[in-house]
Amino acid sequence: MADLMIEAHGLVKRYGNFTAVDALDLAIARGECFGLLGPNGAGKTTTIRMLYGFTPRTAGTLQIGGLDVAERPRRVRALLGILPQEDNLDPDLTPAENLRTYARYFDIPAAEARRRARDLLAFVGLHDRANHRLDELSGGMKRRLLVARALLNRPQVLILDEPTTGLDPQARHLIWQRLRELKAAGTTLLLTTHYMEEARELCDRVAIMDRGKLLRVGPPQRLVEAEVGAEAVEVRAAPDVEAEVRRRLDGLAHHSERSADTLYVYCEDGRAVQAALADLPLAYLHRRAASLEDLFLRLTGRGLAE
Amino acid sequence: MRRWAAPGVTWRAVRVWQRNLDSFRKYLLGSLAGSLGEPVLYLVAMGYGLGNFVGTIQGQSYAEYIAPGLVVSAAMWAATFEGTYGTYLRMIHQKTYDAILATPLTLDDVVAGDTLWAASKGATNGIIMLAVVAGFGLVRSAGGALLLLPLMVLASVLFACLAVLVAAVARNWEFFNYYITLVISPLFFFSGIFFPLSNFPAWVQTIAALSPLTHAVSLAQALARGTAPDHPAVSLLALMVPTAASFCAALVLIRRRLIK
Repeated sequence: MADLMIEAHGLVKRYGNFTAVDALDLAIARGECFGLLGPNGAGKTTTIRMLYGFTPRTAGTLQIGGLDVAERPRRVRALLGILPQEDNLDPDLTPAENLRTYARYFDIPAAEARRRARDLLAFVGLHDRANHRLDELSGGMKRRLLVARALLNRPQVLILDEPTTGLDPQARHLIWQRLRELKAAGTTLLLTTHYMEEARELCDRVAIMDRGKLLRVGPPQRLVEAEVGAEAVEVRAAPDVEAEVRRRLDGLAHHSERSADTLYVYCEDGRAVQAALADLPLAYLHRRAASLEDLFLRLTGRGLAE
Repeated sequence: MRRWAAPGVTWRAVRVWQRNLDSFRKYLLGSLAGSLGEPVLYLVAMGYGLGNFVGTIQGQSYAEYIAPGLVVSAAMWAATFEGTYGTYLRMIHQKTYDAILATPLTLDDVVAGDTLWAASKGATNGIIMLAVVAGFGLVRSAGGALLLLPLMVLASVLFACLAVLVAAVARNWEFFNYYITLVISPLFFFSGIFFPLSNFPAWVQTIAALSPLTHAVSLAQALARGTAPDHPAVSLLALMVPTAASFCAALVLIRRRLIK
């Protein structure tokens, strides 16, 4: 890959004895949308903070746009737009003032900042809130304002830490649509998310991360097909019936796992599984396409991470 | 950024100062009333109320005697409040530092900008207080009054740096109560603003001489009278050395706190 926008080799972050990020390799092409998936505490946010030079790395190399992040932090951050996980807007300023104040950090002249603030507020659907008090904005509006703020410097790389967590479906779809537009315009996107649907909607490639390591990297659909199969059948049955279910699945499923009261059966042909179980008294049977979430749970475990 | 690296402050610190001004504009009137109310109260209550019983000190009316010290202390109080509460609010509660650190600014720029801002509020308050005491006819020397301006800037920067250092180590808001009641208030009362320290035993004078405010007040009193200060070089050093030391310490501690 000739045109790499983000390139990390052997990236490590250690806190005392705890290794938050463990020998991470990343190669993200210009214009790509890359998703970082992982349970809480997997090291996603630490990785992102290293990317923009907020957190110093313990070891490894890290370049953005060909620049070493540790050596040229100001130049690197001028290329980046950051959407933080937490709301860190200026609560005393209106949305328009928030953007104009933030634009100054990038040395954007006042008249230009005013133009960009107006355009970006329209872009995220907040043009009619430009001069409202910030505490009159809903959580979703603040999130959209943060997206607008991250775009002020026309970043080449947009880094989004859980862009739609806590948003209603309308706001989520608006943000997705805007991110697709930015991608179409050539912006490189790196996002973390807990929503597999979001990763599938937006990402060319995803990485599944757990305990500081990348477990898998690749296009979401291909990863699912290669590792999980085409379909999943969810079965709930009494213990004696379940034993019979498992016996009949032999040869039909390439993998099955039990979590709480449900048996998850992964296979190429769900209809055949359904037919094989047709005469059994099952409490519940549901056939669906295998998803990224299945792969995610398989790799990172079904127990709570925290 | 290395924790012990030399301060890497650039002109971009001004951006943080501008941000604080944008935010402060909304609270302009309330804030000025709050921070000026107290010194004016002291001037009227002590200068004219108590002053009636005191008579004259060193050939001046009591109000005239305390006016220069009150000007300097107005700067100290405002720089202290902004540097402690304001800095802590932005650094910890509002996550303003996190937001700015995603831009080309560095943490050193942000800390310097916040310190500069606290100093500006101190100097502004000092200047307004100077205008107030001048309005009461309590400044004898016009040239001295002009020289009070750079002195107030020095005192404001010093108390801003000290306050930011306190914010750097504070774990909660109560911490600032300790700093103000245990450090700033004693300085206010025992730095020669309200009575000459020469009446006190030598050991008290020695302790007072360690307080930078004592030096600022003695300089201010001399300038307002239009006389030469006793030890100008020593007094200036007593203001500037703790300024540099506390700023560097604040930078190191804030780097240690935020960069992880």
